[in-house]
Amino acid sequence: MNAVDLLFWIFAVLTVGGGICMVFSKNPVTAAMFMIISLVGVAALFVLLDSFFLAVLQVLVYAGAVMVLFLFIIMLLDVGPDVAKQKITNWRFGILGILLSSLLVVVLISLGFPSDFSGANNPSWPVLSDAISSGSESLLFSTKVSAFGYGLMTKYMLPIQIAGFMLLISMVGVIILSKKVARGEDV
Amino acid sequence: MIDWLPDNIWFSVGLKVFFALVMVGAVMTMAGYSVLAERKVSAWMQGRVGPNRTVLPFIEYIPFFGPLLKKLGIFQPLADGLKFLFKEEIVPGHVNKFYYYLAPLIALVPALTTMTVLPFGQLYWSDGSVSTLALADLEVGILFVFAVSSLGVYGIALAGWSSNNKYSFLGGIRSSAQMISYELAMGLSLLPVFLWVSVPGAQESGLSISGIANSQEGAAWLFMVQPISALIFLIALFAETNRLPFDMPESETDLVGGFHTEYGSFKFGIFFVAEYAHIVIGSALFVLLFLGGWHFLPFMQDPWPSNWVGSLLGVGWFLGKTFFLIFFFIWIRWTLPRFRYDQVMQLGWTKLLPLALANLIVYVLIVTLIDQTASLPL
Repeated sequence: MNAVDLLFWIFAVLTVGGGICMVFSKNPVTAAMFMIISLVGVAALFVLLDSFFLAVLQVLVYAGAVMVLFLFIIMLLDVGPDVAKQKITNWRFGILGILLSSLLVVVLISLGFPSDFSGANNPSWPVLSDAISSGSESLLFSTKVSAFGYGLMTKYMLPIQIAGFMLLISMVGVIILSKKVARGEDV
Repeated sequence: MIDWLPDNIWFSVGLKVFFALVMVGAVMTMAGYSVLAERKVSAWMQGRVGPNRTVLPFIEYIPFFGPLLKKLGIFQPLADGLKFLFKEEIVPGHVNKFYYYLAPLIALVPALTTMTVLPFGQLYWSDGSVSTLALADLEVGILFVFAVSSLGVYGIALAGWSSNNKYSFLGGIRSSAQMISYELAMGLSLLPVFLWVSVPGAQESGLSISGIANSQEGAAWLFMVQPISALIFLIALFAETNRLPFDMPESETDLVGGFHTEYGSFKFGIFFVAEYAHIVIGSALFVLLFLGGWHFLPFMQDPWPSNWVGSLLGVGWFLGKTFFLIFFFIWIRWTLPRFRYDQVMQLGWTKLLPLALANLIVYVLIVTLIDQTASLPL
């Protein structure tokens, strides 16, 4: 086992362990902190793959912005430990959740491991750089920031436009929802 | 380039740890002496003397230099640090113990982590090549700084929450709201800068801080080309470091002490040091992005020779600019009154954010124009 493998196992345990602890912790603030640990663990795994840009974005967006808002709301609403004690009343949702997540795990394992469990890459998969350059425009696969930029602005222009449009829709929705309350108070 | 060093993993790891410790030591010393500068400059502005009694026992008897050092208060940071260390440690009974102890550490760690990507000079090798002096000169340096410094808000929010005190809690909430609001304007203000530096035809530098600093060598400093970006970045920097006129989280007149009301002795000292470390690093970042970094003056080539003397002079020049900006921080603090909280929010969301967006659009248009004219067969 070399140093990179050791680091991988440390951060993998941190990621998965943080996720498990987040689900089972009674205190919502503790749960949020465990989720941050899990997200930072994922960022560290990106660093081990030499993908500094993705790692930094992971910390910037999820740990730095999204979780701050979560923590903010938890503290403002003063959600106590008694919320976690509530029994799950609707079992259908619980069963559906377990089914979906186990399906996801099965798919990931069946894709990720070759049938003989030798640890080598699945031969039925194309090499990542071929997969990206196989389209009409050939893009060189690299972890550089400019590679992401060129990819997003050329081949993946439509997805990024759709994502932007969805964000716009949600923003308009927020404005409409918050405006309605204000108008009701005024009248 | 260094081939006489032993090729051994423990040696290379040890060397990096050593460099990191030197860097932490340097920044912490600068943070300590910024506190002294704060006290001296405020005293000077208010017609007082400031700290002038602290001295080590033997140094006092050195003729001329002893009394001079005593008058300058050179040993005051040492006394301050020892005072924090030896004070009685009081933990109020109503706090959430675990997070109460964790919060100062979370506040300090991001402040110390951002310095790893800060370049502070250039090293000229004998074969003519030049390398940047930094612990890690990442390609995504500026994003790294933003990402890690955005984690610092957890320290303050958790300190306010775990104290179980209304004033602390209000301070923590104000701080998180303020930091989230101004992060947007800060990030947006830097986009035109990076667009401008990577304009077609220029040398591609990605998002690295050293690339930005080197693009200002012998050319205009970026605060001349991008005055609005520099202004927005500076204002947001004040807000992110919780300095007056934006020190909402600890505004002592309405919140007692804000998020650190319940903290005493060394735990308060850690918050204090983290704040000043943020100021030092923020000043260094502003110098690198807008004031030419370690390069001499705008429109001038560096006058120093390309050897170790030049490296030293460059680092010294960079530190000098950083000290000036730290002085600027202190100057503003003792000049301007504090904003009201609603004014802070209004300034962030209704003034700075639209201004940053407009600034971005204008520079996008300019860069597009340059791009189009460059490709025309003129």
